[in-house]
Amino acid sequence: MEKSLEPIVKDLQDKFGVTFEEFRGEVQCIVKPEQIVEALTCLRDDHQFELLSSQTAVDYYPQTSPRFHIIYQMTSLTRNLSVQLRVPVSGDQPKVPTAANVYKTAVWRERELLDMFGIEFEGHPDPRRILMPEGSEGHPLRRDYPLGYEEPQFSFNYEEIDLRKPYAKE
Amino acid sequence: MGVEQKLGNMGVVTTTLEQTVNWARTNAMWPMLFGLACCAIEMMSAQAAHYDMSRFGMELMRASPRQSDLMIVAGRVSKKMGPVLRRLYEQMPEPKWVIAMGDCASCGGVFNNYAIYQGVDEVVPVDVYVAGCPPRPEALIHGVLTLHEKVKGDKFKDLVKDIK
Repeated sequence: MEKSLEPIVKDLQDKFGVTFEEFRGEVQCIVKPEQIVEALTCLRDDHQFELLSSQTAVDYYPQTSPRFHIIYQMTSLTRNLSVQLRVPVSGDQPKVPTAANVYKTAVWRERELLDMFGIEFEGHPDPRRILMPEGSEGHPLRRDYPLGYEEPQFSFNYEEIDLRKPYAKE
Repeated sequence: MGVEQKLGNMGVVTTTLEQTVNWARTNAMWPMLFGLACCAIEMMSAQAAHYDMSRFGMELMRASPRQSDLMIVAGRVSKKMGPVLRRLYEQMPEPKWVIAMGDCASCGGVFNNYAIYQGVDEVVPVDVYVAGCPPRPEALIHGVLTLHEKVKGDKFKDLVKDIK
């Protein structure tokens, strides 16, 4: 871990009781869902982490609790530091408080997570899908989402598929 | 066609209205700009000096659907692009034709997933499918000429049937 990062992780440990892991110099702090907004605010206001450079999620299916990790990749431009916060959430009705009031970037990021993983962000100002068309079903980046959309049409099953293929009308 | 031979020297040719109309349609069939992916690069190449589609009266790629007769769907059509494509198709004046260029537009190609239409024929009716990933400009021109053959065979009585 970088020397200048140590007091920051220590501060997070004291205030929020986070556990941290280190891999090749990258620090990952595990934060509880109810404390994430305070942790983000603390990093922004006390430690000059101006930028939420990425917000994403991982699906650990078939593990159910926690099934998802929501990842907040934080960058401090003034101090040239980066740290990662991870929030584990369970599989049924995953819910996290929104980070949109701390970082504006989170509005679109959280819409993407809602769209792709079906994670609900409490207090989000605009909870709509962002990539998929409205009215589409399911969340494509979940690992239990079916991989293929349609059976490929070959010569041996051409007619069978041709019967149920939705052709456009004039 | 003895009459044509006799009158040819006088600058007059007799033919049927059907043939004249179809000749006019095939020889000034303006395609609409609809490059969606890498196939668009081959489509540009087909337009440019080496292959020169203007030989077939197709030098003008129209940016407006109101001025075009032919939609060359060059690339994969995503679920969000589908409604846009359909709307542009409906804005084109009759008669209109569609070429599905490449594997993605014809049948989904390698993109068998939640985001891509498995063939643009689910959105608009397609006249000619051009295979290839992407098809070379010769293949596209072959597709265009195949469409020309189709249009030259159009009969007025079939058109009237369609209008009813």
